[in-house]
Amino acid sequence: MRVMVLVKATADSEAGIMPSVELFEAMGRFNEELVAAGIMLSGDGLKPSAEGKRMAFDGPTRTVVDGPFAETRELVAGYWIWEVKDMAEAVEWARRCPNPMPGPSELEIRPFYEMADFAEVLTPDVAAIHDRVRHDLAGR
Amino acid sequence: MTSPDADPDAAVRRAVETVFRMERARLIGGLARLVRDLDLAEELAQDALLAALADWPRTGIPARPGAWLTATAKRRAIDRFRHRRMRALKLAELGHAPEDDGAAQISAAEAAMDDDLGDETLGLIFTACHPLLSREARVALTLRLIGGLTTDEIARAFLAKEPAIAQRILRAKKALGAAGLAWEIPRGDDLKPRLASVLEVIYLIFNEGYAATSGEDLIRPALADEARRLGRILAAAMPGEAEIHGLCGLMDLQASRFAARLAEDGSPVPLTAQNRRLWDRTLIRRGLDALSRADASGGADGPYALQAALAACHARAGRAEDTDWPRIAGLYDRLAAVLPSPVVELNRAVAHGMAFGPGAGLALLAPLDGLAALAGYAPLQAAIGDMLARAGQPAEAHARFTRAASLAGNPRERDFLLARAAACAA
Repeated sequence: MRVMVLVKATADSEAGIMPSVELFEAMGRFNEELVAAGIMLSGDGLKPSAEGKRMAFDGPTRTVVDGPFAETRELVAGYWIWEVKDMAEAVEWARRCPNPMPGPSELEIRPFYEMADFAEVLTPDVAAIHDRVRHDLAGR
Repeated sequence: MTSPDADPDAAVRRAVETVFRMERARLIGGLARLVRDLDLAEELAQDALLAALADWPRTGIPARPGAWLTATAKRRAIDRFRHRRMRALKLAELGHAPEDDGAAQISAAEAAMDDDLGDETLGLIFTACHPLLSREARVALTLRLIGGLTTDEIARAFLAKEPAIAQRILRAKKALGAAGLAWEIPRGDDLKPRLASVLEVIYLIFNEGYAATSGEDLIRPALADEARRLGRILAAAMPGEAEIHGLCGLMDLQASRFAARLAEDGSPVPLTAQNRRLWDRTLIRRGLDALSRADASGGADGPYALQAALAACHARAGRAEDTDWPRIAGLYDRLAAVLPSPVVELNRAVAHGMAFGPGAGLALLAPLDGLAALAGYAPLQAAIGDMLARAGQPAEAHARFTRAASLAGNPRERDFLLARAAACAA
């Protein structure tokens, strides 16, 4: 199964404080371990929400909201995509992760939907759009 | 916050088992290098698991569980050497036997404990896939040692009897032990044939999980996942080997069709008839990336890279009718040169027929028609029938489809071919 592992933001990450050399190296080694075990498919870090924007929807109205956003611990500072046998394995890999932040921090593990999960909401018209997207994405 | 659990011991046990599953290949690989005996290595690893099950519920899971398991297993290995040495000394005192090299073994083991933990899993993969063993033995041993499948699970996956698989594994271990093989990863000139064997075993495992010719066991898709994971491990360890990327690309692209390739009744759906919106885009993307890595390493004409490139042509086609058949025909020309086989020739002929018209297809199919290797092969007769139908020769096509139906492997395929025959007669 595929999971996304979300690294939650902290006050430090929101302040744009870079990790120490030691932490950056430890995270690099952890990534190496994930790759060597055939677990990691991808992963990246996100800049603080001060550099982000939100688009709020209410019926026909669109409102752009500039960062930074409140509720720091609900924000995401980075992610991985892992392919693991089950949730228990994802938890054990997450347990091995160095604390990604200087203070208290949190990872969240969320399984992906598989394309087959969408089979029922894909009408032929919607499917045609998704087919086009796939074609264009793969067409390079 | 932790989730509430009625039985905390059971939760720890589950965690220990998960950690063990994650660590076992590395653990057994390292131990095998130390004790030069696969059976003993497995036994020591099992001992370490039992120790963890006894300790960890009290102490909690250690920060580096892999290192804990390795240290425990190695301590036990040394205990065994000491025990054996004591026994040898006692026998020597009684005048029954000469003193053996127990002391040397202990110091060798202690020296090995200081080795850095590097390529244990990789070494184990190369050991299990040794060309000395039969293909079946290589597959079974790889699944047992690296995949951690029980003999019962392997037997179910291969629709074989458990004692037969157990025997196969036992004989394979004995053969490796008797040959006194090194557990290291081959280098230089030794690498190519061994790597080819490793890739072959991985692809066999993948196909066993993917082909699903019979049986509905969940083990079978798990085999395909395991093969892809083995491929990723190899690719990470040996990024310069183009064919590893080719194989990874091939497996990802084929696996991307997993959800679309079986009808509701469990029968296979041909590529051109599959519901392409069920194809997994993440796997397609990964497959295409692996393929470009193979190209970048100068391996575009490797057999796996070429097969991946063929699969990529289908993945790139949003609809079956968008398929780039001239490109596929060209890839089959190259594949036939590096991997000549009657089935590749058949597919090549079909591709040429799709790309350049039924006449081109029939010209390439004609020499295959009399081949002993393809006598009784339904897809050949079906391909000839298809080209004849498209060339406007319905009576001849009817005869070929009827013959193909009589050779078909399953009822659904037979029904499909009979329907095509009937359409020609109409």
